[in-house]
Amino acid sequence: MTPIDAKRPLQLNDNGQLRHFLSLDGLPRELLTEILDTADSFLEVGARAVKKVPLLRGKTVCNVFFENSTRTRTTFELAAKRLSADVITLNVSTSSTSKGETLTDTLRNLEAMAADMFVVRHADSGAAHFIAEHVCPDVAVINGGDGRHAHPTQGMLDMLTIRRHKGDFEKLSVAIVGDILHSRVARSNMLALKTLGCPDIRVIGPKTLLPVGLEQYGVSVYNDMNEGLRDVDVVIMLRLQRERMQGGRLPSEGEFYRLYGLTTQRMALAKPDAIVMHPGPINRGVEIESAVADSAQSVILNQVTYGIAIRMAVLSMSMSGQNAQRQLENEYAAEEQN
Amino acid sequence: MPIEVLGARLIDPASGRDEITNLYCRDGRIVAIGQAPADFAPAQSIDAQGLVAAPGLVDLSVALREPGYSRKGTIASETLAATAGGITSLCCPPQTRPVLDTAAVAELILDRARESGHAKVFPVGALTRDLAGEQLSELVALRDAGCVAFGNGLANITSNRNLSRALEYAATFDLTIIIHSQDSDLAEGGLAHEGPSATFLGLAGIPETAETIALARNLLLVEQAGVRAHFTQLTTARAAQMIAEAQARGLPVTADVAMYQLILTDEALHGFSSLYHVQPPLRSAADREGLRQAVKSGVISSISSHHQPHEIDAKQAPFGETEPGISSAEILLPLAMTLVEDGLLDLPTLLARLSSGPAAALRLPVGQLGVGAPADIVLFDPHSSTLAGETWYSKGRNCPFIGHCLPGSVRYTIVDGRVSYRA
Repeated sequence: MTPIDAKRPLQLNDNGQLRHFLSLDGLPRELLTEILDTADSFLEVGARAVKKVPLLRGKTVCNVFFENSTRTRTTFELAAKRLSADVITLNVSTSSTSKGETLTDTLRNLEAMAADMFVVRHADSGAAHFIAEHVCPDVAVINGGDGRHAHPTQGMLDMLTIRRHKGDFEKLSVAIVGDILHSRVARSNMLALKTLGCPDIRVIGPKTLLPVGLEQYGVSVYNDMNEGLRDVDVVIMLRLQRERMQGGRLPSEGEFYRLYGLTTQRMALAKPDAIVMHPGPINRGVEIESAVADSAQSVILNQVTYGIAIRMAVLSMSMSGQNAQRQLENEYAAEEQN
Repeated sequence: MPIEVLGARLIDPASGRDEITNLYCRDGRIVAIGQAPADFAPAQSIDAQGLVAAPGLVDLSVALREPGYSRKGTIASETLAATAGGITSLCCPPQTRPVLDTAAVAELILDRARESGHAKVFPVGALTRDLAGEQLSELVALRDAGCVAFGNGLANITSNRNLSRALEYAATFDLTIIIHSQDSDLAEGGLAHEGPSATFLGLAGIPETAETIALARNLLLVEQAGVRAHFTQLTTARAAQMIAEAQARGLPVTADVAMYQLILTDEALHGFSSLYHVQPPLRSAADREGLRQAVKSGVISSISSHHQPHEIDAKQAPFGETEPGISSAEILLPLAMTLVEDGLLDLPTLLARLSSGPAAALRLPVGQLGVGAPADIVLFDPHSSTLAGETWYSKGRNCPFIGHCLPGSVRYTIVDGRVSYRA
């Protein structure tokens, strides 16, 4: 028996355009490429003396962060401001939920303030889906990271970074290293790379940090870092959280660094022109050697710059898709009356 | 009120009877099958041609939510919902507030159930006080108040010593224990079966070993204590295999499975619908197949609804923050009929798993249609269908099957010789 509510394109409007941006699952290659192309055009805006375009003028974007964040929150704020939107940022972990207000109530209150768009980060996997489906379907919902599930704007900014530095995805080998199990970034990257046609996606880590069923992403799994890095074009390092030591998944930071830390020596196994990426914040000496993080091969700070352009692209595309959907629905209603 | 049921296909798995005949009920009991007794004057006559007359279904786990959670369900609403699903007898688990660990709570539940007058209720008492896994409840007092078995709900008794003693104490009085096997340490924080779907969705996994390790321990302690044990809500193929091995060794153990586990798998979680959030979790397709085969072979002798009604708010949150459980007692028969439709079971075998099987597991005086037995009967049309949700009596609408067209349609549910539900 198939569930009735399974697999409908919640994040697309009837014309197949984005109206929410929840995950990269189910998004076609053309759409991902459109996001990258749009972001490319916005990169130029960031380089101007006056860094604004009027695409979201008169619109209100609410950043609702139920979980701490600096980089993602700030770049979303900047992205919305560069699109001329009014921006409110709420760190909800410190306000209403501690007063017992539910997620639903918090968002409905914001909706009542005529917000046009929500950027949401939440510790629960599926939170963004829940909001888009059950709380405010008429407001464009952008997933700023939900639990271990997805961080689609990070995924896309990583793709923009790869495309700008390495070009065609169909010729690349990409390695993702570290705590795949707890990483929403890794999940979004695997999906994006697969959709964009990357033929060789590798994930590297010890079994305690690799979830079961990774085959579904079309990746090959390596437990040996040296083997996994051989001749890759791109190395994506993931942040290692301190809690992993207490849960018995790793003996110590030192042992992790010895086995999976990205050192200059290991980096030599990759292609000579390989790039190093990291979603940040980096732990120097835990997953990455300072010399590598600061090397010419590192594009970690470029990622941050590209992040603003990607977020501008996603915000503007989702807003226009949501508006188009409302127009379509009005037309349907008018037709029905006739 | 004397009732006659005429021309039904009577299927009684306990006796193996399967024929088109008449049933005569009086004073709450079946007084004759075939020919009416000489002095029989029916007050109600049911033309049951084309219908199946089977023992009313016996459901080993229907959460009634009272006392304590009446926003989710009441004894009146949930026992009525049960009769709509063909259920005439049900066991209610001890997770009430206060917990069903005193005779007073058992009496309150039984009183309200009698007042409501729908399905018969057999309470399951808490094995330990407040389900805390430490101090034993007064098991004999609870038995005397009407508890038919004892369990600890979903709360695993982590102390081997405490569980061992509880089982020995229960064995002293030949009480039946209902054991749910999930290692709380391995399942800690888990939301879904540890497998590709959980990985894809980023939901923390509950490995198969959470069930099998707890089951292995529980089987060893049950064997040592020599207690009658019923293993409830199996979810993995491996666990079903372990039960089969224990039965082959001669242990007096029985097992049940939730009806929805025989239909759904963890793939249903894609899309994050909280309707599929259950504990223990939906497992893999291979597990579902293993469970279905164990139901077919009889290793699993009972199918239960594991009915868990919830108010709307309990399911309105991101997946991990919702309360687990599915409300489905009132479509138990149509859901179970899918197993016949799929060709897994023939109708008499299915009815055995829904009536005589569960009744035997807990030694309940119901679940068969012999002369002299309680007149607990379900009359249903096996060739008709039920649109789930078209009517709905449970307070919990948390049911992923609502909107589905299911095979079979309950027409009458008769409890103690009285028509308790009529479609």
